[in-house]
Parts: sequence; C-alpha cells; structure tokens
Amino acid sequence: MSLHTLTALEIARQVRAREVSASEVLEAHLAHIARVDGLPGRLGGDPNAEPDKVHAFITLTADRARKQAAAIDAKIAAGEDPGPLAGVPVTVKDIFCVEGTPSTAASKILANFTAPYTATPVARWEAAGAVVLGKVNLDEFTFGSSNESSAFQPVPRNPWNPNHVAGGSSGGSAAAVAALEGPISLGTDTAGSIRLPAAYCGVVGLKPTYGRVSRYGLIAFGSSLDCPGPLTRTVADSALALGAMAGPDPHDSTAATVPVPDYLAEMEKGVHGLKIGLSPDYFRITYFDSKTGELVEQPVPEVIKQSVLEAAQKLAQAGAEIIENVPMPHTRYGIPAYFVISRVEAASNLHRYDGVKYGYRTPDSVEDLRTLYRKSRGQGFGLQPKLRILMGMYVSAAQYSEQYYARALKIRSLIRRDFDQAFHSVDVLLTPSTPTAAFPIGGVYGDSVLMQYADQLLVTANHAGVPGISIPAGFDESGLPIGIHFFAPDFREDLLFRAGYAYEQATVQEAWRNRNPAMLSNS
Amino acid sequence: MSDEITPELFQHLVELAALELSPEEADYLRRELNNQLRAIHELEAIPLDPNTPIASHGVPYTPEISPPLREDLVEPHPDPARLLETAPETADGYLVVPEIPHQRIG
Repeated sequence: MSLHTLTALEIARQVRAREVSASEVLEAHLAHIARVDGLPGRLGGDPNAEPDKVHAFITLTADRARKQAAAIDAKIAAGEDPGPLAGVPVTVKDIFCVEGTPSTAASKILANFTAPYTATPVARWEAAGAVVLGKVNLDEFTFGSSNESSAFQPVPRNPWNPNHVAGGSSGGSAAAVAALEGPISLGTDTAGSIRLPAAYCGVVGLKPTYGRVSRYGLIAFGSSLDCPGPLTRTVADSALALGAMAGPDPHDSTAATVPVPDYLAEMEKGVHGLKIGLSPDYFRITYFDSKTGELVEQPVPEVIKQSVLEAAQKLAQAGAEIIENVPMPHTRYGIPAYFVISRVEAASNLHRYDGVKYGYRTPDSVEDLRTLYRKSRGQGFGLQPKLRILMGMYVSAAQYSEQYYARALKIRSLIRRDFDQAFHSVDVLLTPSTPTAAFPIGGVYGDSVLMQYADQLLVTANHAGVPGISIPAGFDESGLPIGIHFFAPDFREDLLFRAGYAYEQATVQEAWRNRNPAMLSNS
Repeated sequence: MSDEITPELFQHLVELAALELSPEEADYLRRELNNQLRAIHELEAIPLDPNTPIASHGVPYTPEISPPLREDLVEPHPDPARLLETAPETADGYLVVPEIPHQRIG
C-alpha cells in the first residue's frame, strides 16, 4: 500500500515500530502532491488554471519538512519516542502563524508577512512528532464557505468533482485531506468552516468546544467563536489529532483547564446506552432570498434527511437509544445573529491592519497617516473583509447597537439554552451537516447572504460553544459527498468520537466507502 | 423596500473604517450590506423577554475551568529586531510613518 494512503494512526505506528522512516513517509507525500496538487495559489494567479488539479497549497515548505522528518528519524535511531504523531505529515490552514513561513490569511494585506512565532496547536503537533508539509488555502481571512474569496488563485477544487467548490473556509485543508496529500490538516471553524468543507469533500471535520484548543497564533476573525480543529479521513485520526493539541496554554487565557482524556480509548467505548437525539429543527432550512426579499423555509433535500435517519437506525442497532423530536427552536436564528456578532468582532480584529506594523503598505505617495491607512487597507483587503468591517461598524454604532448587537447577543443566549435543555435528555444530537452537497464553482459566490446560509445547521455550535463533528455518510445522486453531524455538550468530544466511530464501524462494508475522488483516478 | 444604508450613511461608514474604495466596490458593498440587514431583521420577529441575558460567548467560564491569572510581570521579547523586520519601514528601531494630522496648540 502506498504510504500516502495510510491514516495518521497507521503512519505513526509504523514509524515508531521502525517499519518505515519519517523521511520515506514525507517523500511519498511530496511525490503525490507533485502529481495532483498543481500550481499553488498566488496573488494575481489565474482562477481557471489547471482545472483538473487540487490546488490546496499556498506555500509548500518541503525543505523545512525534510529537516523535521530527519530529526524524527534521528530520535528513532537514538531510541527516543518522537510522540504520538511520529512522522505524520500535516498541512496547516494559512490562518495560523508558523515560524519562518509566509502566513498570509489568503489576503493581499498579509501576503508579505512571515510569522516570527508558531501557533500553539501547530507547535504541539510538531512536539508530538508531526511534519508540517506547508500552508493551505482558505477564504480570505476565513470569510466564506467556498474558498473562492481567496486572494491567492487558483483556489482548491473539490477532489470528487473539480467543477464544484471544496467548501470553506478551510477549503485547502479539506481538499488536501480528501486528495491524500496529508492525513491531517489544521483548520478553523467560526460558523462551520471546518465542518462544511469536510462534508463537501467527504472527510471528517471536528470543531472542538470553544476553549478546548488554544487560539494563540491564530489570526483572529470572531474571537468569541473561532475554534481550531482537525480535518482527517477517519474518526480515529480526529481523536488522535485533538488529543495532541488540546489543553490549557499560558498564551491564551480562554484555553480551559479541563483535563484532556485519552480520546482514542474513549472512542472505542461504543454507543450502547447512549441517547442520540434527532431534532425537526435541523431537518428544515430557512433562508433569505435576496432577489425576492422573501424568507423561504423548506425541508432539507430527501437524500440528506435519509442519510441522517439511516445513521440513526444503524446506531440504534449498535445499542444507542434514539430520541425523536428534540426541540431546538432557535436554530433558524443562528445566521441572522451571526451576521451581527461575527461582524462586530471581525471589524474590531481587522483594525490592526494599518500598513505600519506589518503587512501591506500602499506604494502610492501619501501626504499623511490617515491617507496611508485608507489606501493601504483599501488596496490590501478584498471585498469580503471590507464587507465585514463595514457591517461590524454599523451594527455596533452607539445608536444601533441595542437594536442589533445587544439583541443578537441575547438570541445567542437562547441558542445556548436550546442545547442546555436538549442535553438534559440526550447525550448527543444527530443532524445533517449541510443543507446541500458542494455547489458548483461560481454558483453562489458574490451573493454574501446565500453563501452565509450554507452554514446554518452548523453555526449554532459556534454560538453555543459546544463541539460538533461532520462525518462522511455517502454520496448524493450526482456523486458528491454528503455528511452527517453530531453535537455534544461542552468538552464532551469523547462522545462525538464514540458516535462517529460507531457509525464508521457500522458502515465499513458499504460500497460507497470504496469510492475514490475523481481527481485521483489518473494519479 | 428602501435601503437602510443610504449612500450618505455608507460614505460615513467607509470613512470610519479607513477604507478607500473604487465606485464598483462601493456599489457591491452597499448592496450586500442592505441585503444582509434584511436577513438580520429576522431577529426582530423573536419575542424576547427583556430579562434575557446577553451571551458574549457560549461556554460558561466557571472558576473550575478557567486558568488562574498570571502574575503581572514584564517579559521582554527575546528578539525585538525580528518583530520589526515585519514592518514596512523602520529607522533606528522605530516604525516610520508619514505626517500625523495634528493641530498646534498655543
């Protein structure tokens, strides 16, 4: 079996057992990336270049990775244990600082920024033996659900169908994992940005509890919502990856002091006796049609609903108790509240980009500092950051903040209350990940309202802080992946892994598990 | 439906946000702002108990799960010159900027 097809768990086992070296694993992945990834994203790049390639990367750091792999192999040779991620090649969403590498946020305004330090989740993975392959693409500053807003083109394509988006904002992460370019990627999730592209690309995406993983070194979007988390091909790799990065951090006072369990051991405990809830509020979607100005409510497509109901049946056969009709009445307000809260936080976080301390500075001659700010920000930011800044300033202005911001924060309380009440009667909730499979490239981009509504079944976890995981659950009639999703109470990622792993085990024999992404068929 | 964000209000926001925009960008941004506000108005349909607390984050941070405050000590950065390397223009360890708008007093 080719080394690049192995899971992280299997790679680490083989490296620690000296069956293969970290350098061999790395070279196998680099060779595969050279075959399938194509041109990296770059400023001014052609969005239509090489439409049969993945384009996950912005920066491949092969030399840095070779040094790390050599260091792992030296440890093994010296009889030391490099750690639970020994020799595992990982990719990192380019919204994290990694020392000595460009850390761009997929924005022109940070295109020339080289990070002087490494983000905590990356540093912890490296300390556990991981080898960082490089930085992968995303929506500019994570602002999107398709990856199309990146200033670095071409953007990732969906490995299962290159005419469709990989999803976003962690699109490079999901595409890289699906296309076997590395078994683990570090993403971030502010409204669904790990779980949505995971569902679109047929991989596992985990948003941990807010505070489970340090945000130190993560370029901030919505500071009360942002969560770093892993994208993987299996639930076991997700458990492995979370265990290696979770826990308190002196550099982030919101990283909670909750002990980190042995997630891999917990995962094996099965679902016998677990109460799994289904909510009618997650089987319908509400969205705002910008063209007609009407609010439209409709059921999720039948294929999506059936995938969830079939999963419930399989979990029941594995010993879980299914509880139907769990009310989650404030689900539909998740996106409108998010439009307010995330914009206020984004506007605040984006004020630091000023053309003075780091990043882009206008080359135009300017008469004063104020003009320098306006030109540097005007030329450096793309449309999506500008949109978020302006909305954030409007809804938090003194005369409007009671009407908008305070109201949104109260509704956030109600969304949280939905989960608190649900978790009195169930251990986890089982829902669809997304209302549809991956949409065509160009199909939604530009309509900022419709784009945001793709996240509506996921964003509630960000408001409430609770963890969520998206797991591959087959394909729709056009051959695109679809995902199912579990929510659990605060810091109960162990329950997500138990439910997800049980589902994986129950479907291991199904024919759809043998399918491979179209982009890999010629490699 | 009339636009909540008029061209005048939009211009005021752009000024506050310190952004220079092309006319095409301004058209797109003002249209999308108004579309998003129509979606946001859905929040007004929710009957809201005035005593509903605001939630600035989802997870309740109890003392049991919160890290203790660090001692308030100055920790010098090991290599300030390296941080300055990321700045567009520096001189003698200072960040260089053009004229700062100001008024002379007295």
